[in-house]
Amino acid sequence: MNIFQIVVIGIVGVLLVLTVKEKNPEFALGTSLITGAVILVAVITRFDGIFDFLNRYMTVDGFNSDYIKILMKILGIAYVTQFGAEICKDAGAASVASKIELAGKVIILSYGIPIILSLLDTVRGILG
Amino acid sequence: MEIDLIFKIASVGIIVAVLNTLLKNSNRDEQAMMVTIAGLIIVLMVIAKEISSLFSAVRNLFNL
Repeated sequence: MNIFQIVVIGIVGVLLVLTVKEKNPEFALGTSLITGAVILVAVITRFDGIFDFLNRYMTVDGFNSDYIKILMKILGIAYVTQFGAEICKDAGAASVASKIELAGKVIILSYGIPIILSLLDTVRGILG
Repeated sequence: MEIDLIFKIASVGIIVAVLNTLLKNSNRDEQAMMVTIAGLIIVLMVIAKEISSLFSAVRNLFNL
């Protein structure tokens, strides 16, 4: 699924959204949601290679590998949060979008706490 | 699988729009509302299936 197909899918999707929008907007939202989902599904297969590379070559000593897992979790959460928030913004519900983004930030922060703790330990080790 | 999904949703939208104007002109507004709701349900089912496949792909890729 190269970039040309993705761009064509996006443009065709937006064209269909516009044709349907003025008559009944809920189908326009459905079409834009499906277009986004289709593009994301097409892109998501590329992540496998990136994560294999990360897992294999990022085992530098003093940097244990479960930070990579946390980073991947955070990436996934950001991915889904951004998808949902943009759909709500498209539909004009900016308040719902900001709530979704707030929830995503809180969840990401809660996942990042162990990394922050280990950072503080290393800093204390250097200073102490 | 991808592009015809978008066409399916858009075609349901267009058909519902045409049927709505048709039914409204022959002053059967409640049937027009029922057609809109039926179309919406169809679209929602297709979207739910696609979104669930997307989210399960994200889940087992980022092992959330």
